[in-house]
Amino acid sequence: MSDLNNGRYGIHGGQYVPETLMNEIHHLEECYEFYKNDKEFNDELESLLKEYAGRPSLLYYAEKMTKDLGGAKIYIKREDLNHTGSHKINNVLGQVLMAKKMGKTRVIAETGAGQHGVATATAAALLGLECEIFMGREDTERQKLNVYRMELLGAKVHAVTSGTQTLKDAVNETMREWVSRVHDTHYVLGSVMGPHPFPMIVRDFQSVISKEAREQILEKEGRLPLAVVACVGGGSNAMGMFYNFINDKEVKLIGCEAGGKGVDTFETAATMATGKLGIFHGMKSYFCQDDDGQIAPVYSISAGLDYPGVGPEHAYLRDSGRAEYVPITDDEAVEAFEYIAKTEGIICAIESAHAVAHVMKTAKNYSKDDIIIICLSGRGDKDVSAIAKYRGVDINE
Amino acid sequence: MSRIKNAFENKKAFIGFLTAGDPSIEKTEEFIYKLIEGGADLIEIGIPFSDPIAEGPVIQSANIRSLSGGTRISHLFELVENVRKNTEIPLVFLTYINTVFKYGTEEFFKKCNESGIDGIIIPDLPFEEKAEIKESAEKYDVDIISLIAPTSEDRIKLIAKESQGFVYVVSSMGVTGMRSEIKTDLESIVESVRKYTDNPIAIGFGINSPEQAEKYSKLADGVIVGSAIVKIIEEHKEDSGKYLKEYAEKMKSAMKN
Repeated sequence: MSDLNNGRYGIHGGQYVPETLMNEIHHLEECYEFYKNDKEFNDELESLLKEYAGRPSLLYYAEKMTKDLGGAKIYIKREDLNHTGSHKINNVLGQVLMAKKMGKTRVIAETGAGQHGVATATAAALLGLECEIFMGREDTERQKLNVYRMELLGAKVHAVTSGTQTLKDAVNETMREWVSRVHDTHYVLGSVMGPHPFPMIVRDFQSVISKEAREQILEKEGRLPLAVVACVGGGSNAMGMFYNFINDKEVKLIGCEAGGKGVDTFETAATMATGKLGIFHGMKSYFCQDDDGQIAPVYSISAGLDYPGVGPEHAYLRDSGRAEYVPITDDEAVEAFEYIAKTEGIICAIESAHAVAHVMKTAKNYSKDDIIIICLSGRGDKDVSAIAKYRGVDINE
Repeated sequence: MSRIKNAFENKKAFIGFLTAGDPSIEKTEEFIYKLIEGGADLIEIGIPFSDPIAEGPVIQSANIRSLSGGTRISHLFELVENVRKNTEIPLVFLTYINTVFKYGTEEFFKKCNESGIDGIIIPDLPFEEKAEIKESAEKYDVDIISLIAPTSEDRIKLIAKESQGFVYVVSSMGVTGMRSEIKTDLESIVESVRKYTDNPIAIGFGINSPEQAEKYSKLADGVIVGSAIVKIIEEHKEDSGKYLKEYAEKMKSAMKN
């Protein structure tokens, strides 16, 4: 398993947050250690995941894609079929249930594409907590549908106008809100990032993806896959997809990050390819930044991957050589988005399309006995109008 | 005696903060002198950062103005060198940890020492992560100023015992910014800090009026004012000098009552 020591993954991780939050994150760590082993909590969470979120999610054999690409046998882990349409629900049900048990009456969260915001608003509605979501103003434009969805669910959505007005700034603003009101509020961090214990908590709640996928592939094929592939922004679906395969050394772990308009341009969000070691948003990890350590204004067509950092455990998996990370450009992702729709009849999230794109490029290099599992982290309804626009079609009235 | 201690010697310290490079590095130098003329005892120089998570809207905007104007970290050290030619007033940096880390921690503190910085405040470096800079800061004789928050409770002992220079008591929950009312029970926080350290205590976050300066300087050894100063600079830009001097005079004289 990963080398977690005091919130550290190798040299990465840690707790770089203002003093005002320190007692709270220590308290959170204690509560998590308790509930993690609490039968009542686990029973409740399992029941929510099964009866409400629709788990286990399907492991689908993509036969047409397999034949068309002419190489590895391709399976798709269908996180897009979860309630609320993405893997984000796995984490928020865990965190919001825990927040409620901790006596919190209000949850706040950042969101990029809106998937985590929608999931948090959903869990808060179900479990009866107040909910406020912080979203970059630019993202509220790109993802109007999700903004309205969150409001329907009873959440208050704040459009963040500071900085680059995207995911990074939404995290800044949620942190500022949490520092202002910590006694009754839990920050439902949406990815495997931020100060310890968040990277661990989110990874644990997301690891259900690989727990199921591993069992499912063994049942269907009697053997482990050659590779598992997932998109990486902060890295929560990838960490969930990787986690239970880390000890299976023969399984390649491949993360696909947002190359934007190319890693040789400034319009990219490919942290592993272009970032440098730094300390930001509570953690030591890799970040896109300039020589003075100013965080770079990153870019991707995908609001959910448009983040200048990456979770500390991913940074560690890369350092140790256990996982590899590849950039996928906007063009490649859009092509994959259209390809999987036409080939398999699945409209996936533009984030997930980054993972699909990598498999499209590499599947033919493998033999038909090799198995690849793609984590399809979310569904793509939210992206349809942006993709249409990318193709020069205006579908808005 | 360290320069920081001088700020509190037989007087209540008025500590003024400004963001370097807003509207220009040259103006920052002038504004520092104006604050000193007005009576400031210690100057806290904010190094602009792209994502200042502990700051409210006023100082956030100053950070953006400074960076848009092209401020680089190298300019900060030049600024300090220039100021040091003219004054022995204690100077501390307020910076986020990534700035120090990316510059190279040892090199950063070496430069602090050479240019004449006396202390450093890093809002996103809590007690537990102090090892990140401790060795370099000690080697180059730069005090690490610790922050104590309204939520610190049992951590006060831990933090105060290892404090250097002065102890920065954060008056309120949340980010920096002017507040009309501060609700925290600062008296009891200051009292418990005193149990564990002889270092002077300054209160900051939200203080902007002479009335507040008077009240909190009675409670502690000094007050820190940031957003109110930055607001003056936002309003008067290049011409802020005389307003800053007047403001410092007003605050300082309130603290003598």
